[in-house]
Amino acid sequence: MMSCTVVVSEADFDPAALLSQLHEASPSVGAVASFTGVVRGDVTGTLQSLHIEHYPGMTEAEIERIARQAAERWPIEAVQVYHRVGRLALGERIVWVAVSAAHRGASFAACEFVMDYLKTRATFWKKECFMDTERWVEQRQCDLDKADAWRS
Amino acid sequence: MIKVCFFASLRETLDTSSVSLSAAGLSCVADIVAHLVAEHPSWHDALSQPNLLVAVNQVHASPNQSVNDGDEVAIFPPVTGG
Repeated sequence: MMSCTVVVSEADFDPAALLSQLHEASPSVGAVASFTGVVRGDVTGTLQSLHIEHYPGMTEAEIERIARQAAERWPIEAVQVYHRVGRLALGERIVWVAVSAAHRGASFAACEFVMDYLKTRATFWKKECFMDTERWVEQRQCDLDKADAWRS
Repeated sequence: MIKVCFFASLRETLDTSSVSLSAAGLSCVADIVAHLVAEHPSWHDALSQPNLLVAVNQVHASPNQSVNDGDEVAIFPPVTGG
């Protein structure tokens, strides 16, 4: 039975503590793969911060649906997703996805799968805040292509 | 009643985060959009964007999904988390 933890919060998270929870959870865990997303500066150097909005309730439910899909494809023990909302400065952590499994192949694949589906299905929206203007981020075709590639 | 929620750029353009509608005469999500445009002609362009997504009761849905009294419908632009 896969366990799934989803947190959406304005607060930062502690990757070391989250990793410990995963590999201490069960003696059958032999591999933990994780991904951390960070607010990246833009090439012009004028981006000040991101503002992330979400759909409370649906966001958490959709991420759990994605995690359950991953568990149907790979033998995984647990999925953790932590996603921040509100205002985030450059360099701050935005998102954490970690997957534990008996072996590395399942944890690597499921971690990437959850992240790819999160990007295209979880109800978050990013706004880029510059010195004198703001702009909603557009969805990128390459993100849609990455999620679609898991169908084949 | 049916609650209709808007998010992100759509919420800003419409200048409202949600509206409540009587379910009478509304059988699917597309009916709700048509009703909103009829009630608020200035919302036509924003609600006609071809890339808008919809959810019914917090699950992704298509515009032809049926709706019932008490449902929560959401309309929003493509998601950009992660």
